Amino acid sequence: MQHKVKIPSPLQSYTQGASEVSVAGNTLREVLAELDHRYNGIRFRMIDEQERVRPHIRIFVNNQEIPAIDTTLLAGDEVHLICALSGG
Amino acid sequence: MNTTLWIGTRKGAFALKSTRRRVFRAVGPQFLGHIVHHIVQDPREPSRLVMGAKTGHLGPTVYTSSDRGRHWQEAKAPPAFRKVRDGEPARAVERVFWLSAGHPSEPGVWYAGTSPAGLFRSEDHGAHWQPVVGFNDHPQFSKWASGARTPDGELLHSIRIDPRDAKHMYLAISIGGIFETHDGGKEWSPINEGVAAEFLPDPKAAYGHDPHCFILHPQQPDRLYHQNHCGIYRLDRPATRWIRIGNNMPKKIGDIGFPIVADPHDSDSVYVIPMDGSSVWPRVSIDGKPAVYRSRNAGKSWQRLDRGLPRQQAWFTVLRQAMCTDNGAKQGSLGLYFGTTQGEVWASHNSGDAWYRIAQYLPEIYSVSFAV
Repeated sequence: MQHKVKIPSPLQSYTQGASEVSVAGNTLREVLAELDHRYNGIRFRMIDEQERVRPHIRIFVNNQEIPAIDTTLLAGDEVHLICALSGG
Repeated sequence: MNTTLWIGTRKGAFALKSTRRRVFRAVGPQFLGHIVHHIVQDPREPSRLVMGAKTGHLGPTVYTSSDRGRHWQEAKAPPAFRKVRDGEPARAVERVFWLSAGHPSEPGVWYAGTSPAGLFRSEDHGAHWQPVVGFNDHPQFSKWASGARTPDGELLHSIRIDPRDAKHMYLAISIGGIFETHDGGKEWSPINEGVAAEFLPDPKAAYGHDPHCFILHPQQPDRLYHQNHCGIYRLDRPATRWIRIGNNMPKKIGDIGFPIVADPHDSDSVYVIPMDGSSVWPRVSIDGKPAVYRSRNAGKSWQRLDRGLPRQQAWFTVLRQAMCTDNGAKQGSLGLYFGTTQGEVWASHNSGDAWYRIAQYLPEIYSVSFAV
């Protein structure tokens, strides 16, 4: 199942500037794995070694924030990777 | 001789390049917007560099270069703790804070220190990193590295390898103390006897100290120095009790600071930059008058070196990785460099006798390292 994945600007160096990519997977975990397979290293910038979403990253499926990555995706679901508005 | 100073800043990596000793030009930035804690040249293979970086939003990583910093590749497996087992507190690397090249007999080996405290090793020039189990999973680890939430987080730094023995290493944790291994990292023991820890309930505690920067002299590896939160110390092995050589500093200056460096050809010559550690710890130059202090007799006496530095209203903070020497190739005129949190880089080419500014307006400087 293919899903649109929106890539925030801090991660577009991995996707050669693409702000949106199409990635296959039945769960968010699978989508992130495929994303990392295609763009090596991108997952660890968002998900730590204990499988937690990093503090300044938010992941939405459609309009719903997903706190954990073991979430089933349905056909047509869009994944939004978001960097929190913070810093200075 | 062409030399480069690699500057790690809160907003990216910069290089100050010189073809003549006194003239530097800024090159960069590279990785603009990245938080760059440390950039280190491989002394065994000088074309190679390793950099610890992250951004405000994204997790930590490591970049490596095999062409003197023209191009960089991200590590395939950056430093990361192992998965937690049931009931264990979850540990995740927040920052790759410190990098040290391994022993000359182990080409390609690097060590990384992280926040929260963790020790990691690479055997392929920094491309893949593994936890050093003997330290990160040591039975005493949770006592040595309590995860103290100091303002910048708990930091593992100053990883020093004995040039005579690849298996003999030291490291420091701020806050935690200095630790030593003789078997390549399997077993470790604290080595903090004699070090003050005014913030601990037990002033004679074996660990829990706050070493800010620890060095081992490359030509006399039994000569150790360290700048601590509570003073400046020397230890000549095999002794195990540190001597507070900061007691010989002028009383009105004190012996608080972050960096300490030594002349690579003279183990008695050591340099510090005192900062204000009074009351609420401003951590700036004392009275707004920055100065380097030098000892030429292993800390028995100290000399103020401020010629060329601002005379007043200059509130420098120089962090622990932001001071370095050159390789001392020109005998009798050691090159010294330091960077400030205000984005200035200062240099001396006569062993600290006089200073001049070689860069300004850079972002907040975290590290300055010399490369050939």
